[in-house]
Amino acid sequence: MEEKYQAYWKQNLTYIVVLLSIWFAVSYLCGIILADSLDSIKIFGFPLGFWFANQGSEVIFVILIAIYVKLMNALDTKYDVHEQ
Amino acid sequence: MNIITWTWIIVGASFALYIGIAFWAKAKTTGEFYVAAKQVHPVLNGMATGADWMSAASFISMAGLISFLGRDGAMYLMGWTGGYVLLAMLLAPYLRKYGKYTVPMFVGERYYSQTARVVAVICAIFVSFTYVAGQMRGVGVVFSRFLEVPINTGVLIGMAIVFFYAVLGGMKGITYTQVAQYCVLITAYLIPAIFISIMLTGNPIPQFGYGSHLNENGMQLLNTSGGYLLDKLNEIQIELGFSAYTGRGSKSMIDVFMITFALMVGTAGLPHIIIRFFTTPTIKGARASAGWALLFIAILYTTAPAVASFARLNMIHTLNNKSYSEAPSWFKNWEKTGLLAWKDKNNDGKIQYAKGNAFNGKIAFESGAVGPYGEKVVKTPMNEKSANEIYIDNDIMVLANPEIAKLPAWVVALVAAGGLAAALSTAAGLLLVIASAFSHDLIKNVIAPNISEKVELISARIAAGGAVIVAGYFGIHPPGFVAQVVAFAFGLAASSFFPVIIMGIFWKKTTKEGAILGMLSGIVFTAAYIIYFKFVSPEMNKAENWLWGISPEGIGTIGMLINFAVTYIVSKFTKEPPQAVQDMVASLRYPRALK
Repeated sequence: MEEKYQAYWKQNLTYIVVLLSIWFAVSYLCGIILADSLDSIKIFGFPLGFWFANQGSEVIFVILIAIYVKLMNALDTKYDVHEQ
Repeated sequence: MNIITWTWIIVGASFALYIGIAFWAKAKTTGEFYVAAKQVHPVLNGMATGADWMSAASFISMAGLISFLGRDGAMYLMGWTGGYVLLAMLLAPYLRKYGKYTVPMFVGERYYSQTARVVAVICAIFVSFTYVAGQMRGVGVVFSRFLEVPINTGVLIGMAIVFFYAVLGGMKGITYTQVAQYCVLITAYLIPAIFISIMLTGNPIPQFGYGSHLNENGMQLLNTSGGYLLDKLNEIQIELGFSAYTGRGSKSMIDVFMITFALMVGTAGLPHIIIRFFTTPTIKGARASAGWALLFIAILYTTAPAVASFARLNMIHTLNNKSYSEAPSWFKNWEKTGLLAWKDKNNDGKIQYAKGNAFNGKIAFESGAVGPYGEKVVKTPMNEKSANEIYIDNDIMVLANPEIAKLPAWVVALVAAGGLAAALSTAAGLLLVIASAFSHDLIKNVIAPNISEKVELISARIAAGGAVIVAGYFGIHPPGFVAQVVAFAFGLAASSFFPVIIMGIFWKKTTKEGAILGMLSGIVFTAAYIIYFKFVSPEMNKAENWLWGISPEGIGTIGMLINFAVTYIVSKFTKEPPQAVQDMVASLRYPRALK
């Protein structure tokens, strides 16, 4: 039993690390650190770095939470720790 | 009908709705008062969290700030949304599993220590009062400008409304009013943005509109040739001596990075946001709720940068090089409130806008004095170095935007109701944190543990009522430091609660000594830094004097790192937590009770 629970927790931590890396990349990398160089690329009227900082990060944040919710709901069921 | 009649009608209708909900959702038990009996649907909780979170600052001030800061302003957009990702993954589900009523209670129980709990209570109360004073002030400003009553009367009306549903309904009343308030504020924010987006670019979605070409109508309105809206804005900015709107502003990269981080982590550590996740029926619901909350918030936050660039274009076009005598009526109305001021530096009777501050220091007027063109006479010494002749408060950009764009009167009135909804909903959430910290953490657990539930409910109501009065007092007599202390609230939340809660959940061996010393070192460092630069020697508050170029707004990030490091090291060298506590931590990690 103990092992099963540990595997569940480890998988949860893996999800968190992967998703938070994306969280960091879109906001801090694309929106701040690399923003100046990304600005030379333009999508419609938006310089890309400016767009990531203004809207892209926020939209991707919402998607990240949605993915986490989906993954965890599946994981809860798989390890049979979901609420009844 | 004129603006004022429309405003009374729309504001009156929205207030009637809030009061109606208060009667319908009266709290009968402490469980209902503190956490709405954990019966709030995740989508509704998401909306309530959105309204709870989006304060007068988000609604009234943020777009204005961004329109003056350009790309640097995005630190507010990212900083005030990114925390929800942390909440969803690192905090909400585990704290919901814990299931008790307050953040200090979690800290006290996890760290098996009354001291830790009391430190947490003090932090929670300080952070919440700091914040609530600004909300009450926001209510007063909206009332004074749109309903032409004195600011203080506006604050009193706001107090009466909040008093009603917070004291009567507790968390249950607050939650359902917040749902209504979200609907009011989002409509009020979107409608003018959509109108203006269509006017300038023909695109009805403002999020895309500000990345589009100007259309015929837009070119005519702004008296310019065709092209992308943002390119036009960049051209105008550079013409007036500013840096390009979409390029890097005046802040250093490290500072923008640190401020963004402090805001994100601070968001995830704010007690009035955390407790919202105690109200969902399930853990699954708590996770989903964070996603819904961010979606509802992002609808406003992705519109804000569009509003910012529309407002800046319109504002510059309407005012720059126009004679004061022909200035639009909104200009003179805002001048009356003191949020806008003009001094004819070059004596040409025209308004000039340029880089730099028009005046040195806080704006003050010679009472009753009128200049050659009928303008209010500014007492504050003018800044000789800049050709800029106008002072424009950030807050005007959103509130005056519909008037600048000449939208119909009912839209202007709707914006007033939206600003009030944003301020009142946040105020109520904060007041509940204060009330529960007093009645549950102090009275029930420290002072008089034997009181019955009925008495505790009464004491919670009295605490909520008392908090409303104190908040109103701060709204009427705003301490001069309100603007400064917002940095304080975030820095404090980032450097105190966030690390301690995260360590408490993710590392079983975190000890009480580690947590207490960690919290104290994080707070003391952050507070000392902010107090030094903001209050002790404000003249030193310049980039060259800052530690590694980090401003007081961003220092919470370093405070957080110190807290993490101290907590870790001290925990390594102190006695492990009792087995019961370690088991409790283990149980937080699984949605269902383990066999």
